[in-house]
Amino acid sequence: VNINRRHLLIMLPAAAIAWKHVLAGTPEDSPNYTMTDHWWGMLIDIPKCIGCGNCVRACQAENNVPDGYFRTWVERYLVTDWKLEHPEVISPDGGKEGFPVAKEEADGKYFFVPKMCNHCTDSPCTQVCPVGATFISPDGVVLIDQTYCLGCAYCVQACPYGCRYVHPEKKIADKCTLCYHRITKGLTTACCEACPTGARQLVDLKNPNDPIHAFLKTHDVQVLKPQMATGSKAFYNGLDGSVR
Amino acid sequence: MNGVEGYMYPNEIRLYWSVLIVLYPYITGLVAGAFILASLERIFHVKAIAPTYRLALLTALAFLIVAPLPLTLHLGHPERAPEMYLTPHSTSAMAMFGFVYLWYLMAVLVFEIWLDYRRDIVLLSQSTTGWKRLLYSVMTLGSTNISEHSLAIDERVGWIITLVGIPSAFILHGYVGFIFGSLKANPWWNSPLMPVVFIFSAMVSGIAAVMLIYMLTTKLRKLRIDMPCVDTIAKFLFYIFIIDFSLEMLDLIHRIYEADESFRSISFMVHTKLYFSQIVLQIFIGTFIPLFLLALVQVTKLPAIVRKRIYVVSGCLVQVAVLSMRWNVVIGGQLFSKSFLGYTTYKMSLVTREGLLMSIALLILPLVILWVLVNLLPPWPDKESGKVHAASAPMS
Repeated sequence: VNINRRHLLIMLPAAAIAWKHVLAGTPEDSPNYTMTDHWWGMLIDIPKCIGCGNCVRACQAENNVPDGYFRTWVERYLVTDWKLEHPEVISPDGGKEGFPVAKEEADGKYFFVPKMCNHCTDSPCTQVCPVGATFISPDGVVLIDQTYCLGCAYCVQACPYGCRYVHPEKKIADKCTLCYHRITKGLTTACCEACPTGARQLVDLKNPNDPIHAFLKTHDVQVLKPQMATGSKAFYNGLDGSVR
Repeated sequence: MNGVEGYMYPNEIRLYWSVLIVLYPYITGLVAGAFILASLERIFHVKAIAPTYRLALLTALAFLIVAPLPLTLHLGHPERAPEMYLTPHSTSAMAMFGFVYLWYLMAVLVFEIWLDYRRDIVLLSQSTTGWKRLLYSVMTLGSTNISEHSLAIDERVGWIITLVGIPSAFILHGYVGFIFGSLKANPWWNSPLMPVVFIFSAMVSGIAAVMLIYMLTTKLRKLRIDMPCVDTIAKFLFYIFIIDFSLEMLDLIHRIYEADESFRSISFMVHTKLYFSQIVLQIFIGTFIPLFLLALVQVTKLPAIVRKRIYVVSGCLVQVAVLSMRWNVVIGGQLFSKSFLGYTTYKMSLVTREGLLMSIALLILPLVILWVLVNLLPPWPDKESGKVHAASAPMS
């Protein structure tokens, strides 16, 4: 290729911009970890959740989540016989400190629903980001480039599950990273590690030995708001139809 | 929790899009509307509104200059805003704003205004002295040929630019509607009608704004208001307002009749938190009253003084309607939970970067810019000939 000085002067800025674009989509590096070998998700087993709030506390400690904002939270549903579609839901401080004692005479059923980023395959938040600061990594985790995010909050509006917020100090969009700094080093997420009943399980769909495959075959597993068609990878076992 | 009824997802309790995002579609709408009014004269040969042609263009420019400010001020990192140009994300509606905006500003508005004023600028650069002479000389961009032939080319190119400008104005504002209408997560926004409603409400607000500015500036210059001109503008305002209102009602009726899972939330909201801004301000005060008044002018013969008063009142109420509509869309869309189980409250701050005072400043700023533009490029028709050109320039 015959490149003279004039060509180089034209090409260098273009190449710099292109390289910046490439870098914006590169997640945190970790040695001995091959991104394309994994496809991460989360199994949430509703009957196992006791609403202790351990996961919320662990997440906040691990990820320095600011007070009043949540990368994960736990909801308590009360679905009564006469209001199947309109449950009573509470999540005091994200369920961080557990829940008040339930009324014993309640005419209906109580259950807990842990919530977090669904790490959607067709994530609406990624679609709308004006600069591509939020992206899906090759291993299926929706991440945010903190050095790149404008803080426009369009992604917060686009998430159907309320999983995103604008960090009050950093002034950028923030949400669950599936503890990417941990899972790429062979660890599980902070919330899974802290869960006393195993209600939360990190799953790797590309790993043929992951118990998720057997679990999915034998259980009624559903995702939140399937009508949103976001390709959610937070799989809920025993999900009641009233959960939104 | 304070200000919350029922259940909100915990991250939803605060609103992430403030009053500044209410102003953004309002200001952009004024731009599109003012430009459409100017194009009525240029492309559709509605000669009666000629006295407002240049004023409409300058109004559009003044508001367009301010349009990105509320967006930029609202960003968590305004210094990163240029990234929208450098590394735009191709699937993002918002990323396209920068390009649509630049196209509209430079290729349409500034170019058209320059072509339209080129003769005046050249004459002013010859008749003025000192810094003004320097300024006008720079503004000629070295193009000082004002022969008949040259001006005829200006006219022809200007016409083409206006022709291109009409779809551009629709794109500029339609896309603002698309930003909201394309979000499936939010049923209050998610509607293919949203861009269309935004365009028509934009035309309504922009046309009314130019009418008001024309009447006010004529009054300040102690001249007579050209009644056929304002009558024609009011007629267009009336018809477009009817289309706008019909579309909005179609959207509302559709939601009520369909009554999907979000309906309980939305219905509750319209009856409580949005009752004042939507039912009272937008529909009754902002729409029914001006529509009734403007209809009255169409079907009866009222004296000029009464018509003028009707136009001023209607023009102001139309602004109330459109600003409330933007409020109801932007703020309303964040007041209910995406779980459809609860509602939160918007607390507007006063002196912060996204507060009330900043909003008022952002609404005054375009008027200040317009004042500068009008002084720099006088848009007034010549008193004697009625022709539009710079008043102080000698005839060549």
